[in-house]
Amino acid sequence: MSETAIDVKAISKRFGTLLAVDQVTFSVETGEIFGLLGPNGAGKSTLIRMLTTLVPPTAGTASVAGQDIVRHPNEVRLRIGVIPQNMTSDPELTCAENIGIHARLFGITGAERRRRTEELLQAVGLLDRADALASTLSGGMRRRLEIARGMVNDPQILFLDEPTTGLDPASRISVWEMITHLRAKEGRTLFLTTHYMDEADRLCDRVAIVDHGRIAALDTPVALKSSVPGASRIEIQFAPDLPGGAADLEALPAVKSVRSLGSATYRISSDRGPASAQELVEFARDHKLELKSLSVQSTSLDDVFLFYTGHGLAEMEEAGAAPSPAAGGRKGGH
Amino acid sequence: MKRALALVERDMRKFRRSPALLFASLVLPLVQLVILGNAFGGNIKNAVLGVVNLDHGPKSVDVMERVRAVSANARTFLPVDYADEGIAVRDLRRGLLSAVLVIPQRYSRDVLEQHQPHLALISDNTDRSVAGAVEGQMTTLVESINAPQVMPRLAQAARLDVVEVYPYINYIKYLLPGSVALAIFVTAMIGGGMLFIDDKSRGLHEGYMVTPITKFELIVGFNVSGVIKAMLSGMTVLVLGAVVAQVPNFFQPVRLVELTLMAVLTSVALIGMMFFIMARISDPLVPRAIFGVLNTLLYFPSGAVYPIAGFPGWLRVMSACDPFTYAVHGFRTLLLKDGGIASVTTDIFALLLTSVVVLSGATLLFRRTL
Repeated sequence: MSETAIDVKAISKRFGTLLAVDQVTFSVETGEIFGLLGPNGAGKSTLIRMLTTLVPPTAGTASVAGQDIVRHPNEVRLRIGVIPQNMTSDPELTCAENIGIHARLFGITGAERRRRTEELLQAVGLLDRADALASTLSGGMRRRLEIARGMVNDPQILFLDEPTTGLDPASRISVWEMITHLRAKEGRTLFLTTHYMDEADRLCDRVAIVDHGRIAALDTPVALKSSVPGASRIEIQFAPDLPGGAADLEALPAVKSVRSLGSATYRISSDRGPASAQELVEFARDHKLELKSLSVQSTSLDDVFLFYTGHGLAEMEEAGAAPSPAAGGRKGGH
Repeated sequence: MKRALALVERDMRKFRRSPALLFASLVLPLVQLVILGNAFGGNIKNAVLGVVNLDHGPKSVDVMERVRAVSANARTFLPVDYADEGIAVRDLRRGLLSAVLVIPQRYSRDVLEQHQPHLALISDNTDRSVAGAVEGQMTTLVESINAPQVMPRLAQAARLDVVEVYPYINYIKYLLPGSVALAIFVTAMIGGGMLFIDDKSRGLHEGYMVTPITKFELIVGFNVSGVIKAMLSGMTVLVLGAVVAQVPNFFQPVRLVELTLMAVLTSVALIGMMFFIMARISDPLVPRAIFGVLNTLLYFPSGAVYPIAGFPGWLRVMSACDPFTYAVHGFRTLLLKDGGIASVTTDIFALLLTSVVVLSGATLLFRRTL
């Protein structure tokens, strides 16, 4: 196995006039859990489909498990497992049949096929549902079946395209545990896309923030968060309001920036975390103001996304964002 | 090729669990065979014939007796006496009568004087089948009136003796080959085309495309499973239909082998054609929308329900390009004429040619990527 599991160089994909992926370059090390974070329509699925040989790139190159995705697609397919965004297991087949037939597609037959089917069903906790039709499974169970099916060829690299989309909280946690277990036990490379901040934060060693087909930032979640100025965010409400408004607060040493939210409420960015809260409490006491509320939040990947793209992930989701070839990240980089 | 067999295994497991598909692919051809087979081609009985006798002479009595004889035996028509020709024609126009026989006033005298005697038959030609049957029966009746009372020892007029090569072929037997081809087509359409597009739109194909299965293996897998399903439907309708239609000597082993070969060739051609049509389609509504159109375009011009000899020129051209035509002809020759494989070589060649053309086209059109 090569040290670099995935090596992507200036890869692009154009659908007619729409540039879905725009000259993306990055690499993933062997054994890493690598996440692509971005809203729907950012180009994550197109990128994963190119890397899994489902869609040919318009330009650029990529090698997966040491094999070129365009010149040796079948060599790539032999070495990867894919859990697509849509449930692609057959609802009219049983769990065991779904895995068994997928095994045959990889040339695994006979006793070995039966052994792997049983092992994988056991691993994902579906052995007791081996003879149940996939259509009768819950969303979480169906996703676990998809993961088992994707593992049937014991892949070096596992691609998971939005593995927890549409799942209830309990099922999401179950899938997260399974993903962590897969890497911890097998030492394989995992490449996943998600539009959930907490998922990327919790699972990934490194995260690439994707926006409008480009990578806006790429680093470990910790490094990404610390790169955002004002690592803590404080929301405070006074009664009555400050006579000088936000300007009264800007003079405080712990405060980096202040934004008035109305109703005597202010959002403050600070690098000093809880210590800044202490400073604000003293400020209120000195000015004979009542503190109606005060909350301290540390920087999240949502803040990182906002910082690097100029817009929040949630607002992109609400707007049903589609990639716009003309738009780019505020601070582009690969 | 093991990977192609995985797709066949998948389809067979699904087919076994989808009795609705088997039911749908068998019901239409079998119902059509039983209903149309019995509705068409039967002898016309009890058509109501208005008889207006304006003569009442001895020769008109002879005509009336012969009309009643037909009514009692062949029962082609049921005579009803009318005194007034105008009322009889009015009832004919109202649909109460199928035809009106008028015996003119001077009929007996004209017969005896050998002075061009006439009988008139006024028929409702909006229904050509009934009108034709009544006219045919009346023509025979008039010939019997004209026949000499004593036949000469040596006949002077030429006579046509008709010898039928095969046992009596009723319409249900005539329709059976078309029903078998239709069963194969319906399975190709539902179990081949519709299922293929449904699986594609549900993303199931995406699951196969990330495995090392090749484009060729995918095409072989999809087509072989389609052919097996179409074969099963076709052979089921063939056996049930042959029993219902009482095809003589149907279960002769050699004949069964020949019919099975014809079913395989028809299935390969029709499944291949369906795969060719669906290769670039993703919308699940498309195969449903074109089902009826394809059925009409392929089934009716094939000679399945009516002889091609009766078609206008443009429809004959269409018929010659229709693979259904060769399937129907092949099945008909083997079922009704028992002509052996040598008598269907043209059909075999045409079906093979169709298979090669459509499968080559499908291979060119089919994309292994999304």
